[in-house]
Amino acid sequence: MNKDASTTGEQFRITQDQLQKLLDVLRDQGYETVGPTVREGVITYDQIDGVEDLPIGWTDEQEPGKYRLKKRSDKALFGYVVGPHSWKKFVYPPRQLLWRMHRDNGTQKLEEPSEDYPRYAFFGVRSCEIQALAVQDKVFMGSDYRDRYYALRRKDNLIIAVNCVEPGGTCFCASMDTGPKARKAFDLALTEIVEKDQHYFLIESGSDIGTDILSELKSDPATDKQIARADELLEKAARNMGRQLDTTDIKDLLYRNAENRHWEQVAKRCLSCSNCTMVCPTCFCSTVEDTTDLTGTSAERVRRWDSCFTLEFSYIHGGAVRPSEHTRYRHWITHKLASWQDQFGTSGCVGCGRCITWCPVGIDITEEIKSLQDSESLTSDEAKAKE
Amino acid sequence: MQDLGPYLKEHPFLSGMTDSHIDLLVGCASNVKFDIGDFVSREGQPAKQFYFVRHGKLAVELQTHDRGPMMIQTIGEGDVLGWSWLFPPYVWHFDVKTVELTRAIAMDGECLRNKCEEDHELGYEIMKRFSHVMVNRLSATRLQLLDIYGKRK
Amino acid sequence: MANASEILQPEALSNEMLPRLYTVNKLYKDTHDTFTMELVPADGGPSMSFLPGQFNMLYVFGVGEVPISISGDPDRAIPLVHTLREVGSVTSALRTLKAGDTVGVRGPYGTAWPVDQAVGHDLVLLAGGIGLAPLRPVLYSILFRRRKYGKVVLLFGTRSPGDILYKKELQKWRSRFDLDIHITVDRAIRPWRGNVGVVTSLIPRASFDPMHTTAMICGPEIMMRFSIMELTKRGVPEDHIWVSMERNMKCGCGFCGHCQCGPLFVCKDGPVFVYPRIKDLMNKYEI
Repeated sequence: MNKDASTTGEQFRITQDQLQKLLDVLRDQGYETVGPTVREGVITYDQIDGVEDLPIGWTDEQEPGKYRLKKRSDKALFGYVVGPHSWKKFVYPPRQLLWRMHRDNGTQKLEEPSEDYPRYAFFGVRSCEIQALAVQDKVFMGSDYRDRYYALRRKDNLIIAVNCVEPGGTCFCASMDTGPKARKAFDLALTEIVEKDQHYFLIESGSDIGTDILSELKSDPATDKQIARADELLEKAARNMGRQLDTTDIKDLLYRNAENRHWEQVAKRCLSCSNCTMVCPTCFCSTVEDTTDLTGTSAERVRRWDSCFTLEFSYIHGGAVRPSEHTRYRHWITHKLASWQDQFGTSGCVGCGRCITWCPVGIDITEEIKSLQDSESLTSDEAKAKE
Repeated sequence: MQDLGPYLKEHPFLSGMTDSHIDLLVGCASNVKFDIGDFVSREGQPAKQFYFVRHGKLAVELQTHDRGPMMIQTIGEGDVLGWSWLFPPYVWHFDVKTVELTRAIAMDGECLRNKCEEDHELGYEIMKRFSHVMVNRLSATRLQLLDIYGKRK
Repeated sequence: MANASEILQPEALSNEMLPRLYTVNKLYKDTHDTFTMELVPADGGPSMSFLPGQFNMLYVFGVGEVPISISGDPDRAIPLVHTLREVGSVTSALRTLKAGDTVGVRGPYGTAWPVDQAVGHDLVLLAGGIGLAPLRPVLYSILFRRRKYGKVVLLFGTRSPGDILYKKELQKWRSRFDLDIHITVDRAIRPWRGNVGVVTSLIPRASFDPMHTTAMICGPEIMMRFSIMELTKRGVPEDHIWVSMERNMKCGCGFCGHCQCGPLFVCKDGPVFVYPRIKDLMNKYEI
């Protein structure tokens, strides 16, 4: 392709060979390429060297509390949605050494950790996940305080997006307005089209870097018919989400219902296991661990992911602020869908469905909101009759 | 005899009371003074009087066999002391001892009870004011019970 | 964004997580379970400047970090003063430090008491227990500019006469004619000659002009809620009442999530809040 002819937003058609070429180009440019790959029965994100590392011909079946990999009838490269991991682990790792301190003859010295972080190319990022990264950007870089560790890891990320043509069983990005098509904040975006007789990808650039990389690939301008086909698939995907969430008035709904007895019903099922917070691509809570070596001359401080479902999370002298399971669940869902908006000007939920799939008892965030909405539309007598 | 009307009128407990009611109260009132360390009441003794404190400080105490007298509450200027006179068997439940030199207006319990029986409007006024004091002391006691500054295990 | 470098230069960011080392200058016991630490920067450089009500994260080698409000004089940067209550592993470890030992300090964090907005007003400071410590910088600050304020009343409630913090200083301040100090304890035995009763019982008789009063309250949440009830009964407008909230804090800058109280991050939106901002949350169950 002629570089000058390439502008952002324009669609091109490439083959699978050119995807391999894309990975080669990225690695030649010094990027560490990470993307979806099958590990221990799930699709996770890890280093990928070639197209063959992708979960070719796999799909995932997802329902509340259920995740299964299944063989597809075709050789699609991106024929699944999101697994338990998210890109969060690369920019905000589960454990981050904050610093070390050394003690010698009564004096203490601080040692900062190495800041030699990889330059990542995230390959196969779903639209909801692009939004999740944007949400965490606001958390860690959007206020007066900015987190250096996050900012440095996030700095040079290259985003190769994949538009979702087949939503999963717990997906609801269409409700959250975060997908299934990547609209912004990517360098390159792919749409995979698998037909009986042909298998190809539409690719568009979303940044100058993306345009430069695209110019290295052999591509043809996409035909109107191909573009129409991709649009058709994406529109169909938006209509076929596994879940739906009515976000009308959702912030006030949750604030209004802080003391709704419904939370006690949820708590009967919730195990406070914190899975939902661990798989969530936007959950950002952390705690710190302080340790010393055996001789007591070196100490280190590590930040690690934490969950608001633990009792210790809100501990102050005298006890936890939220000792009850139901108030911890209420806190999580209210934070995600309501107070996040007050804090960061955006919803904390991107509709990826991970918390539904990975909840061991299948608690469904969309169903819980629906229950609250229903409880308000019933009169109290009707509600009683229902019980 | 000294006219205690003006003193009664300015006591916060009686603020807003009509002159005619104050006049009725004056008939049961007498001026008293207690030195530091005086007992104003003893647990189990007949509660013949109650007091409108004008100034000074008194401690409501409870005798414990292992820790000695525990101070439950102090009462001072503008407070009212004692409600045992209001209910049978008209017996003090606590010891009250002065911490500072205290001046008060003592009210004869039986005298006021009789007036309240005769004049229910006065009775209602007195009852309203006493229940307000009791509710405040009860909620203060509840707060005290929580031991909010104590160390938690 | 595809590229985070579009919005900032991360290399230029200061690292909020790095403590600065301070040396313990003095450490002394206040009451049986409280103590005060005076710190000076280990590198001999200038200390931090802070506003009354702000807090620091204090780190003790290998044990951990705790949020502690600054209790010294905001007009005197050195030494940096903190009063702590020994309630957990970090505060216990800090308690064992001696002059010359090192601690890590991050801060100052959080919002301040409204000492400037309160100019021209009567001031009512309500402190419960260790809650007197975060209010002491207010006292220093207003005594330094005493003529700018009307009446100044300190109402302090604590557990027992043995738990009275800053006893000598309070005695000294009590002798001032421009400061009205009332202390009460929850329980006492003789020869205590002060007040016995909850701190809220001091409010109805305290001398201040409710409509032109700024109240600052620091203590256990229950004590603050009951104090607010008494103050509003007296006619103090709600938006003249300020409280200091306590929540679990790990980072101090809104990253760790622990201190959330509804939509508020107590570490950076607080700890000092004007009452209407936190009213609905204070009255909800386990927020």
